[in-house]
Amino acid sequence: MSTVIENAALKNSALEYIEETIEAVPELVEVRTSAAEGFAENNFPSIKDEEWKYTNVKQLVSSNYAFDVKEAAISSDDIKGYLIEGVETLVFVNGKYNAGLSNFNSSEKVYINTFAEALNSDKKELLLENFGKHADNNLPFVGLNTASTTEGVFIHAKRNAIKEESVMILNVVSQSNLVIQPRLLVIAEEGTQISYVERNAILNNAEGTLVNAVSEVTIGERANVNHIKIQDEDQSTQLVTVTEAKQADNSVYDNVTITTGGKLVRNNLNISLGEHCEGHMTGLYLLDEKSFVDNHTMVDHKMPNSYSNELYKGILSGKSKAIFNGKIFVREDAQKTNAFQSNKNILLSPDAVVDTKPQLEIWADDVSCSHGCTVGALDEEPMFYLRARGIPEDQARALLTYAFAGDVIEKIKNEAIRNVVQRMVANAMGYPLD
Amino acid sequence: MLKINDLKASIEDKEILKGINLDIKEGEVHAIMGPNGSGKSTLASVLAGREDYEVDGGDVDFDGEDLLEMSPEERAQKGLFLAFQYPVEIPGVSNTNFLRTAVNEVRKARGEEPYNAANFMKEMKEKMKIVSIDKSLMSRSLNEGFSGGEKKRNEIFHMAMLDPKLAILDETDSGLDIDALRIVANGVNTLRDGNRSFVVVTHYQRLLDYIVPDFVHVLYKGKIVKSGTKELALELEEKGYDWIIQEVEGNN
Repeated sequence: MSTVIENAALKNSALEYIEETIEAVPELVEVRTSAAEGFAENNFPSIKDEEWKYTNVKQLVSSNYAFDVKEAAISSDDIKGYLIEGVETLVFVNGKYNAGLSNFNSSEKVYINTFAEALNSDKKELLLENFGKHADNNLPFVGLNTASTTEGVFIHAKRNAIKEESVMILNVVSQSNLVIQPRLLVIAEEGTQISYVERNAILNNAEGTLVNAVSEVTIGERANVNHIKIQDEDQSTQLVTVTEAKQADNSVYDNVTITTGGKLVRNNLNISLGEHCEGHMTGLYLLDEKSFVDNHTMVDHKMPNSYSNELYKGILSGKSKAIFNGKIFVREDAQKTNAFQSNKNILLSPDAVVDTKPQLEIWADDVSCSHGCTVGALDEEPMFYLRARGIPEDQARALLTYAFAGDVIEKIKNEAIRNVVQRMVANAMGYPLD
Repeated sequence: MLKINDLKASIEDKEILKGINLDIKEGEVHAIMGPNGSGKSTLASVLAGREDYEVDGGDVDFDGEDLLEMSPEERAQKGLFLAFQYPVEIPGVSNTNFLRTAVNEVRKARGEEPYNAANFMKEMKEKMKIVSIDKSLMSRSLNEGFSGGEKKRNEIFHMAMLDPKLAILDETDSGLDIDALRIVANGVNTLRDGNRSFVVVTHYQRLLDYIVPDFVHVLYKGKIVKSGTKELALELEEKGYDWIIQEVEGNN
């Protein structure tokens, strides 16, 4: 399947790092070792792999990165701009958990903590039963993350527990050319409701960061899980994420991914659905300069009577490029499936590029599926209407692109988070809100 | 106020306006009538600055300035307003936010202080009365899902808010029932204050029963072929356009 990539500096340095740190957390040695073996055998993908046809990671994997962390003095002032009112936060600085900067409430009903703490508690068994069991360690980036894991975040919501407050995992990087590998394990039992956010913060002009993140999410019956990724990355950051969500019957999973930049961003979002489930995948990518974003999504309808709804929207200027690849599987048993997918793009510059590819594989015969994609310039008629009312061209364009993004932003239920994203998007579009 | 001199315009190499001359003074209401395809809407569009049209000749003086040199937003800021024949639906942009942006841009261009939120709301409340427009339409997306009548009322409401020197109404009567037509016409009449000028583009005389023009011009094949007072509109209503067409074609 994979092709050999020469000069895989990342692989060599990663294997070295894994070997050096393998004993760091005794409980994780076994799963890490097994993942490391797989990682050593598998090569990073090349553009000859169908799944990576448009996203060339050659430079990403042949660059030199630091795995070793230097001491970093980060103050609460430094991260102030990334915090969201009313949202609890776990802060990692250069991959290391920072208790002083973190502020969250873990309870008997909804346990939230680091792997280190969890392994030191009665959560140990549960963590070990689930860590590395849902995401596919044979995929090179997943295998690398699992094999490297010494720390992570574990969220466990016990039956019928509801946590009103959202929790944000903030990964701060203050050192150039560093690799960080955030790991998240979520277990939402039957009838629970939780909401969390993942975000990165590059500080002190750190450049060339590689973030390789993996989230494993298990959603019990009737549970409702909200998952938001805020990717306001800088122009030198590379980000690869894998999210693996498994939904039991009657559950709802709602993923919103907002990307406003990045040298190379590749999101892999995989959802599998039980019966009577709802799976929502919503994304917005707002790119300029040479940003590159690739959203690969996969929804697997395994059982009947479920609903999946996917809406990804893109606004591209400069020489930016976006890939959208949306797979929908409807298995033979998944009768009465409703699956919808839509990818809409606005190109604001002649040099911006979008490759969009819907992929539907349907084996059941009584289903309702639709997909559609559009790529185009901003409509002229609304532009003229706004300008003819006295609104300058630039502002009219910003207003219309902002409006285009509106229905994606509206999907964020938490008001404080929605406001932050709204502001972020408006600023990125040159339409600052009052 | 507005002086159009031998204006020629085309779209995709098709000549539409073939030399229009028109002189509109402060406070005057001019009706532009004519059969379908005569160039009425083109004239309105060219004056508002729609870029699909190529201006091939002539000039337009607006309050001492060269109108054709200005961008659409500059024209609006200097006091020209076009009420669209088909107001555009813009999902995701609320009527209020849009209007506040527009009004403040226009005020800024005129050297006036932008409205703060409170002043703006006060101004809005007042102007809403002119076309008795429903409050609920303010928070909705611009024209989205509005009925035909609501859209046209919204246009006149925008006009009231932007306070232009010259308003061009492009087929504002099309698609309106008589009640909506009256409301819209009353709105226009309220804004007819002796200083503001109007160009009323319409196919039918009906609207002119309510907005009584000072002058009526008939546009045919891209030229004004006849001008008169309001009585000309009544004559057109009675006899149709054929007699004018015959008169013009006969002369050729």
